[in-house]
Amino acid sequence: MSKIHVTTTVNGDPVEFLADPRDTLLDCLRDQLGLTGTKEGCGTGDCGACSVTVDGVLVCSCLVLGAEAQGKQIGTVEGIANGSELHPLQRKFIEHAALQCGFCTPGILVAAKALLEQNPDPTETEVRYWLAGNLCRCTGYDKIIRAVLDAGAEMRGAN
Amino acid sequence: MRFHTPKTFEAAVAIAAAASGQTRFLAGGTDVLVQMRAAMVMPDDLIDLKHIPGVKDIARTADGGWQIGIAVSGAELGRHAGIGADWPGVVEGMQLVGSTQVQGRATLVGNLCNGSPAADSVPAMVAAGARLSVIGPQGSRDVAVEDIPAGPGRTTLKPGEVVTAVTLPPRGQNGGDAYLRFIPRTEMDIAVVGVAVNLRLEGDKITEARIALGAVAPKILLVPQAAQAIIGSTLDDAAMDALSAAAVAASTPISDKRGTAAFRKDIVGVLVKRAARIAYERAKGAAK
Ligand SMILES: Cc1cc2nc3c(=O)[nH]c(=O)nc-3n(C[C@H](O)[C@H](O)[C@H](O)COP(=O)(O)OP(=O)(O)OC[C@H]3O[C@@H](n4cnc5c(N)ncnc54)[C@H](O)[C@@H]3O)c2cc1C
Ligand code: FES
Ligand code: FES
Repeated sequence: MSKIHVTTTVNGDPVEFLADPRDTLLDCLRDQLGLTGTKEGCGTGDCGACSVTVDGVLVCSCLVLGAEAQGKQIGTVEGIANGSELHPLQRKFIEHAALQCGFCTPGILVAAKALLEQNPDPTETEVRYWLAGNLCRCTGYDKIIRAVLDAGAEMRGAN
Repeated sequence: MRFHTPKTFEAAVAIAAAASGQTRFLAGGTDVLVQMRAAMVMPDDLIDLKHIPGVKDIARTADGGWQIGIAVSGAELGRHAGIGADWPGVVEGMQLVGSTQVQGRATLVGNLCNGSPAADSVPAMVAAGARLSVIGPQGSRDVAVEDIPAGPGRTTLKPGEVVTAVTLPPRGQNGGDAYLRFIPRTEMDIAVVGVAVNLRLEGDKITEARIALGAVAPKILLVPQAAQAIIGSTLDDAAMDALSAAAVAASTPISDKRGTAAFRKDIVGVLVKRAARIAYERAKGAAK
């Protein structure tokens, strides 16, 4: 089966890879590019562990083909911190103990960052609905919601 | 699997017409990729429609309706103030599809052509009188949305036919629409019952109505008897009872893990009244 040559941008860096036409963007990020921060929970769009942005739009990378990434701007959890300096969301997740096993965390960070970019001052209800497609089997969600609200408050203060 | 990125609908049709095995079009992929993953469907040819110019556009039609490109996502539809003002029921149906992540990709036409009897945007499109532009090996045609579903996972589109746009009619004066679904939770679930109502008023009286039901039959139904039950009324108690009875009578649901047939019949009778009330209030609001 012939492979497709894909040129794209991940977290601002130009990259290229060869994708089987059936490979998802999730497969390509993890197996071709070694970016294993993006997790596979279900592979069918239900859990959100694979959340990334494509041209700024939050999507499940398990429901995007690698070939569709051609010419796009991809954002993953690896792009959230600024070098060794954690993003406010990352610091607040640690402060609020908003993770246990951590498997859902990369997807939730990517999703929460996308929310705060388009709505810097969300209500608790808005955060809960926005993150409804990100499942967490450990925390019971409450600490996650508080961490996101707190990060939003800090980021508003900082601006 | 061969992956194609045609730049015109004619080229997409030519690829589909020449294909001998399984063919799928790729819009948002939120059904196609799930089916590939589950090995339910492994297309031999997958035709990505998103490289065709104009597929992300929303435009006013000459008569005051809306033409919606086939790759417009649920999130993009939700952000469009004009369509939200004219057809809130269609927008709320589409916005119920999946999570934020799914909304970033899922489309109206994908929801329709996947053929699920529970597809959330379809009853509202049917009630609105939405139409599709279709092009195929035999040329192009214009078809009503209600003529597309043929049963679970099946449509009346012929091999090689592709939808090129969805058109919502002009809203006109004193009209309102609404979509409601019942699910056991608040997000991320498949409709147990879905109901869409679209109506128009003259004063307090309903002069036109279209009512569509989802998840209560092998395909989404347009139910003229339910519309007849409220046309000429002011949505008084007698009309509401007749509406409810007509919706229940038209439903032939199955029992599955989401609910029994008897439960679905009960729910459709209740939801149809609530949706009619919302559509009526919206029409009244629009009349002010
Ligand atoms: C986690 C999750 C939750 C979901 N929740 C819901 C829900 O609550 N309610 C609901 O109704 N659905 C739900 N869905 C199903 C799905 O998201 C919707 O049906 C969606 O609207 C499909 O659109 P798409 O653009 O992704 O379609 P695709 O997957 O791209 O295509 C679906 C089908 O339509 C055909 N098709 C696409 N475009 C065209 C065209 N222009 N012409 C002809 N055929 C075409 C394809 O060949 C394919 O058979 C959910 C899916 C997931 C993964
Ligand atoms: S792995 Fe993509 S949503 Fe679960
Ligand atoms: S911390 Fe374990 S799944 Fe969320």
